[in-house]
Amino acid sequence: MTTLTSDLDPGDFGEPRALTTRYSLTDRIFRGTSRSAGTFVLLVMVLVGGFLTAHAVRAISSVGVVKFVTTQEWSPETNHFGIAAVLTFTVLIAMVALTVAVPLSLGGALFITEIAPPRLKKIMTSVIDLMAAVPSVVYGLWGLSYLQNHVVGLSYWISTYFGWIPLFKVDGAEPGNPLPNTALYTSSTFIAGLIVGMMIIPIQTSMMVESFSRAPQGEREGAYALGATRWGVIRSVVLPFGKGGIIGGVMLGLGRALGETIAIYLIISPVFSVSFHVLQNGSNSVAAMIALRYGEANSFAMSALMAAGLALFLLTMAINFTASMIISRSRSGAESEV
Amino acid sequence: MTAVQKTSDEAEPRELRTVVPERSPVTSEQERIRIGMSLDQRITAPGAMAASVALGLLLGPVLGLISPGWVPLVSFVWFLGLFVVLVSLYENRTTVRDRFWAALLWSAGGVVVTVLFMVIGFVLLRGWSVFSHLSWHGWNHNFFTTDMGITGPLDPITKGGILHALVGTLEQIGIALFLTVPLGIATAVFLNEIGGRYARIVRTVVEAMTALPSVVAGLFIYGAVILLVTRQFNGFAASLAITVLMLPIMIRSADVVMRLVPGNLREAGLALGAGQWSVVRRVVLPTARSGLMTAIILATAHGIGETAPVLLTAGVTSNLNFNPFNGPQISLPLAALEFVKSPEPVMRARGFATAATLLLLVLVLFLLARLLGGQQAGQLTERQRRRRAARSEHDLERVEANYLAISQLLAETASPSTAAPAGPSRYLSSGESS
Repeated sequence: MTTLTSDLDPGDFGEPRALTTRYSLTDRIFRGTSRSAGTFVLLVMVLVGGFLTAHAVRAISSVGVVKFVTTQEWSPETNHFGIAAVLTFTVLIAMVALTVAVPLSLGGALFITEIAPPRLKKIMTSVIDLMAAVPSVVYGLWGLSYLQNHVVGLSYWISTYFGWIPLFKVDGAEPGNPLPNTALYTSSTFIAGLIVGMMIIPIQTSMMVESFSRAPQGEREGAYALGATRWGVIRSVVLPFGKGGIIGGVMLGLGRALGETIAIYLIISPVFSVSFHVLQNGSNSVAAMIALRYGEANSFAMSALMAAGLALFLLTMAINFTASMIISRSRSGAESEV
Repeated sequence: MTAVQKTSDEAEPRELRTVVPERSPVTSEQERIRIGMSLDQRITAPGAMAASVALGLLLGPVLGLISPGWVPLVSFVWFLGLFVVLVSLYENRTTVRDRFWAALLWSAGGVVVTVLFMVIGFVLLRGWSVFSHLSWHGWNHNFFTTDMGITGPLDPITKGGILHALVGTLEQIGIALFLTVPLGIATAVFLNEIGGRYARIVRTVVEAMTALPSVVAGLFIYGAVILLVTRQFNGFAASLAITVLMLPIMIRSADVVMRLVPGNLREAGLALGAGQWSVVRRVVLPTARSGLMTAIILATAHGIGETAPVLLTAGVTSNLNFNPFNGPQISLPLAALEFVKSPEPVMRARGFATAATLLLLVLVLFLLARLLGGQQAGQLTERQRRRRAARSEHDLERVEANYLAISQLLAETASPSTAAPAGPSRYLSSGESS
């Protein structure tokens, strides 16, 4: 056995050549232009936050941050306003929306990725995309003039039989009355939440579909080889793999639900005192309040609305960044983002 | 000179062909296992379904034991129970559980589809009653050709229309597209072709921005444009607000499309000596063209339906206003909202008709996007392939003509002994056969 040794000094290979790229003038112009487009988009985003803050300072400084967060009423004219009530209702509506939307979108996403035959899969994907493109005013109209009439009966039933749970209580309800006063059950947090739930199904479903479809084929086959049924594969491979996608999708949906305006604006009748009775007439949301009040606002009241908008902006941004972080850290999202 | 002689001397000319590599989508691995079903299994579900629908109808409309609202729910629960019992007659527990969850997932898909079609169907039906009402009074276009300027709240449906909202929507979305398309595509190019740390920051921010509450975008434009610059509601401010909302959607989908452009196409361009800009202009953008069209159309469909930002910036008017820079200019979703808020039934009917018009616009855009974007980046339709083949043949003729001219020139000037090359005819035959 011989060992071959190189005659060459290993030092000759040591340093790689330094490569420099010199771009032509055209390329430099191109790079500069597209970079400035990116910068512009970044700037718009910063400006949104900046302008809201700049306009909100006047209102917030006149009452203080603590009072702004804890006051329920909204009357800037008497310098007595805060977002405690509207924010609570916003979160309640979002919670109702999630209760409706999460099981449906989870089921829908599993159906699309695991169960549907290929042709149906394509159709379902289109349906989900179309659902996202339907304008919110259309959902609002449907909720106002169709869904509301049909859901009032359900609200009445729930409040009659489960009224002992504080969440489902309706003040002034008469369970024994054969002709119940249905006006008590209209324009409620529950109905607004149902509509918003429908509107966030598409974003949640498409996020979940994206993460489920990345579940490795080998692991699925491994599970089948060990005797798992299709449900077994879903439970032991797909769901654990797509956990990040599920959480991220739910949070993205939550962000959308908090920011939804027009559908809520059409359905609720605004109230400004915190109430957890979701079935009862009267609700509110930050976005709907802004849309309702901007017209009558003088410059100070406008500043107060900007402050409410700023709170909403910060809340949705926080939720969104958390969501995208969860998605990109998870196993299913690891390959998806650069 | 030597190069040409070399080619003519070469024994085996290689087949010259450029093929766009076929690429399967990155996400879907090929499925190798498909679970089939026996006849028995296939019959169980429809049978249980028929039985449960029959039970629901019996208890509800026929016997009147339960109110009509409960019929679907009772039927569904009965279906699940019956289905589980039927399956468990022959199968073990694991299979029963599998079948039960499959039934639930099917129903989840079904519910989503049903809800969507109920929403679309309801609004279109209510709107249709207005459109058809118009034709009963003779052929009368007034709903689309007049505004609401001289129409009172109690006037019949045959007076007044939504021309002002149509004009507003078209102008606002036009301006928004004019701003969004170049900016969006340039940013997507930046994210994909230039990259780096800064691009990653921009991408994160764009992604967060897709969930910007629409009312916040409206407030921003109200504070930045209306309070500071124009001091009045106008259509241009509304289109700026729509732009703020459309940009992230546009950038995101354009980014996804460009990421699917095969890297070796880009590298081939660079290897041929093209600069970065030439590669983007001649390789990346043409390859991603259909996907980019889809991105633009889908962003338009989203932007056209935005209501809250328009409410805060465009102002409400019932008059036709062609000038987006001066005075309030209403758009379709906003007009629908205003009509529906009225207690008058005629006004509400107009609201539904306006919403139906808007919905039809969105549906048309959506179908257009599906038709255009049914293909992946780099994969061509039959027509595109034929057109490209024709262009390539044309190029081939040009190349051959040049080749012949040069070789003749060489033959005349250099050595008379060199025979006319046989290469071109072989090239021609290989070109035609492909």
